[in-house]
Order: sequence, then structure tokens, then C-alpha cells
Amino acid sequence: MEPVTLKVLRYRPEEEVEPTYQEYEVPCQDNWMVLDALNHVKERLDGTLSYRWACRMGVCGSCGMTVNGTPVLTCATYVEDVLPGPVVVEPLRGFPVIRDLVGDITDFMEKLGRVKPWLIRDEKKSPDEGEYLQTPEEVADYKQYSMCINCMLCYAACPIYELEPDFIGPAAIALAQRYNLDSRDQGEEERMDVLSQHDGVWACTFIGECSVVCPKNVDPAGAIQRYKVSATVDWVRSVLMPGRKP
Amino acid sequence: MSPVAKGAGGRQGTEPERVTRSREPLLWSLFSAGGMASALVLPALAGVLWVAVPAGWVAAPEHGAMLAVAAHPLTRAAVSLLLILFFFHWAHRFRYTLYDGLQLYHLNLLIAVATYGIASALSALALWIVWTLG
Amino acid sequence: MKGASEWDRHAPSSAPNPRHTRYHPRWHRERIPIFWWVGHRRYTLFILRELTAVLVLYSGLLLLAQLVAIGRGPESYQAFQGWLAEPWVLALHTFVLLGLIFHTVTWLNLAPKALVLRVGKIRVPPRAVLVGHYLAWIAVSALVAGALVWVAG
Ligand code: SF4
Repeated sequence: MEPVTLKVLRYRPEEEVEPTYQEYEVPCQDNWMVLDALNHVKERLDGTLSYRWACRMGVCGSCGMTVNGTPVLTCATYVEDVLPGPVVVEPLRGFPVIRDLVGDITDFMEKLGRVKPWLIRDEKKSPDEGEYLQTPEEVADYKQYSMCINCMLCYAACPIYELEPDFIGPAAIALAQRYNLDSRDQGEEERMDVLSQHDGVWACTFIGECSVVCPKNVDPAGAIQRYKVSATVDWVRSVLMPGRKP
Repeated sequence: MSPVAKGAGGRQGTEPERVTRSREPLLWSLFSAGGMASALVLPALAGVLWVAVPAGWVAAPEHGAMLAVAAHPLTRAAVSLLLILFFFHWAHRFRYTLYDGLQLYHLNLLIAVATYGIASALSALALWIVWTLG
Repeated sequence: MKGASEWDRHAPSSAPNPRHTRYHPRWHRERIPIFWWVGHRRYTLFILRELTAVLVLYSGLLLLAQLVAIGRGPESYQAFQGWLAEPWVLALHTFVLLGLIFHTVTWLNLAPKALVLRVGKIRVPPRAVLVGHYLAWIAVSALVAGALVWVAG
């Protein structure tokens, strides 16, 4: 393989006011991922480059970056697939940049917590009563949404999140649905307080990019639309039967 | 200033939240119903009435026949329902296109009042025209 | 995404950032262009998809105008039909028709994402929901077009 030029966004806040681009010639080998090329830079060419990565196998969700304008997991993107160079590598959009390719994900972590992504029960079984059993159909109802690895590519792809930073965002809503649709869970009403606001599902205009970039086929856009439908059904019920809680 | 970074630069939430909670399902269901109705009906309607007939591919209907159809109670009911849904479909979609597409967040209220207001006025007009016709 | 050249004018400098204070993070936030949907194929398609709502509004108004013309009697109806047949109007309405078809296709393609149907406990496959919507489109179109042609005949 010919050497590939990586054009990497650098931001060193103690040295520069605005980010700059730095180019590296990387002697890529066959079947290298973009992450392999970055690791080559870090190990052989420039130890000052900062970026996140951990598992190299599409599970940890930490190596998401913008490559040639598209949010991807760099460990799952072949260099060959983003040629011809220069291959432009930038941090994920929508997140404030701390340094180089590292974004601040505090906002996302806070939003994840707000949708209460855990099983909520009104009455709990004691352990000797056994497990909460589920049929395969009941598992299938939420399995897709449980595949999320919190890589935040969907946030980077979502213009609404960039435009309206308070929007709770694709993965958080998909995760809320992962629990709402779980037959063992009884927390739908608690999550509704967050989800049925403007900054919950209604800010979404179904651009659909989140589902396009998601590496795990979670389909957050679908999760959001499904939630709009059920929120609407709940609203209609509350109009028809006023005494009932929404 | 708190040292916690909040998203990218841009607007912080200003929406009166409880209000939107009660309105959005209504507006969204009108938008959805209008979207589905227009998607199913309009291509055929526009294709025949405004393209095929004027182009001469289909014989132009006589005035008497058109009047009879338009004045039929079932037509009146269907057409007024469709028109109201079309108008509210437009209002909702156009509102968000202005809102996000041009980043007019500070004009949120004005845009909402204008779009849904126009849709309501047009709906009233449509009802009046459709039911007084003939 | 910001074009690469926009950054290039800030050539790498070794001059320290005067605004930087040690141990205080100084985030970089990228500004969002006003027309963020220009230059991205899919964002542009999204905005076009949303703008089809204008064609829906136009169709509603046109239908209303046609009804008014019908209500006013044969002369005004003929005048309206004559206006419809003018070349530029016909051209405009051909364009409107194409836009409306774009609306229908984008709308029906997205519908299965929002609509989850079940038969008993089993979820109807999204593909079947999609096919169902297209069949409905064909049926409604046949009904509407058939009725109008029948009126004409
Ligand atoms: S929904 Fe998909 S893109 Fe979004 S964080 Fe989860 S795995 Fe990543």
C-alpha cells in the first residue's frame, strides 16, 4: 500500500487559540483501520497526539471520530475505504474539544443518567422467589436498543443536538426505550417526565442520520418516532378518559 | 461559571416546558395524519386534476358533473377533513424547518403563532367554502 | 463540517495561547454555520423533504381555489381550467407533482420506523409494513384517479 496522508485536527489549548491541522505520512499496511494509522502516528511519529481508544474491536465505543466528515468508529473503518487521502480526522462534532481528538462527554453522561437507564420496579421480588422470566418475544422487543455501546456517533451526526444542546439526544432516548419496552420494567412514567418535553423527543425532526451512522444498528431514530407515537396514544387516552393518569 | 461543558455552543433551553408537553402530541398527530393523507391522496389528485386534465390526456370534466361531485355531502366531509390536515401538516413541518433550518430560536413563539394561526385561519376558510358551495 | 482551508490560516504556532490558564480547561467549540444543511447531501435532502410541506399547502390552496371556481358557475370554472392549461402553469404543476411524489416516497419510507404493528405477540416485519403502505398508496391513487376520470367521462 502507498503511504497515506492523515490530516489530523490538533488543538493544544495551552499553545494555540484555534485548532490547526497537522499532516502525517503514514506507511499503512493492508487491512489497517484508521485507528491503526493513528496508533502508528502516536508510537512512531508524534507522541503528543491525543485521542481515545481501548478495545480495537467495536465494543468499547471510545474511538469515535469524524473521518472525512462522517462520524465513525476508527477501529472499524478500513483505511482503504476512506482513500484517496488526505484522510481528514477530526473530533466528533457537537462535543466541546478538550485537546486534539478528545471531546468532553460530560453532557452526554449527564443525559444518560436522566433517562434512568435501569430496571425500575414498583414491587420487588425477593431473591428466593426466583428470576423475572421473559419469553423470547419479550426479549426481542428491546434487544436492538440494548446493543448500544455509548459511542456517541449518533450525537455527532445529529444537527439538532448541535443546534439545541439541551436536546436529550438519540442514544439516551433509545436507551430509555430499551427499558420502557422491557417487560420487567415499570418505570415508563418516571422516564416520561424527561422524554415528553420539547428537549425530549419533540425537538427531533426525524433527520435520521443517527440511525445511518450507528455502528450497532440500534436505530435511535426509530426509537424516538416510536416514543412519539406512544406519547401521542397516551395523550389521546388522557383526553378521552380524563380521570386516568397520562 | 460552572466548569462543566454543556454541549456545543448555541442556545440554552428557553422553552416553557410544561406547555409544550401538553400541546406537542396534538400538533404532532395533526402533522402525522396530514402527512399520511397528503402522501396517499395528493399525487393522484394533482396528477389528474392539475396535470393530466389540463394537458389534455384525460377529458375535462363538465362543470355540472364537477359541481354535483363537489356538493355531495361525502365529498364535502372528505375534502374539508383533508384540507384541514394538509394545512396543519404544513404548519408543523414549516415551523420546525424555520426553527432549525434557519436557527430562529429566539422567534420560536412568533413562528409558532404565525404557522398554526395561518393553518387555523385557512381551515376556517376551507370549511366555509366547502360547505357553502353550490 | 468546516472546510479544511478555514483552519489552515491558523498556521501551527509555538506562541502560547494567552487565554490559557494552567489546570483550567479551555474547550474549543466549533461554530455552526447558519446554513448547516448546505453542502451535506443528506442534510440537504432532509431540508428538501421538509419543504415539501409547502407543496402540500399549495395543493390545498389550489384545490380550494378550484372549488371556488366551480361554485361560481360554468364561466369561472372554464376560466380556471383555461388558466390551468397555460404552459407555464402546467410546467409549474408538473414540478409540484414531482415534489409531491418525493413527499410520498420519503414519508412512506419512514413510516415503518414509527409504526410497530403486532399480530398476536409477533412484531410484523418492518418490510411488510412498508409494502403495506405502498399498496395503500396504489389503492388510494387508483380510487382517486378512477373517481376523477369517471366524473370526466
Ligand atoms: S445508539 Fe448507536 S451511535 Fe448512538 S451511542 Fe449507541 S451505539 Fe453509538
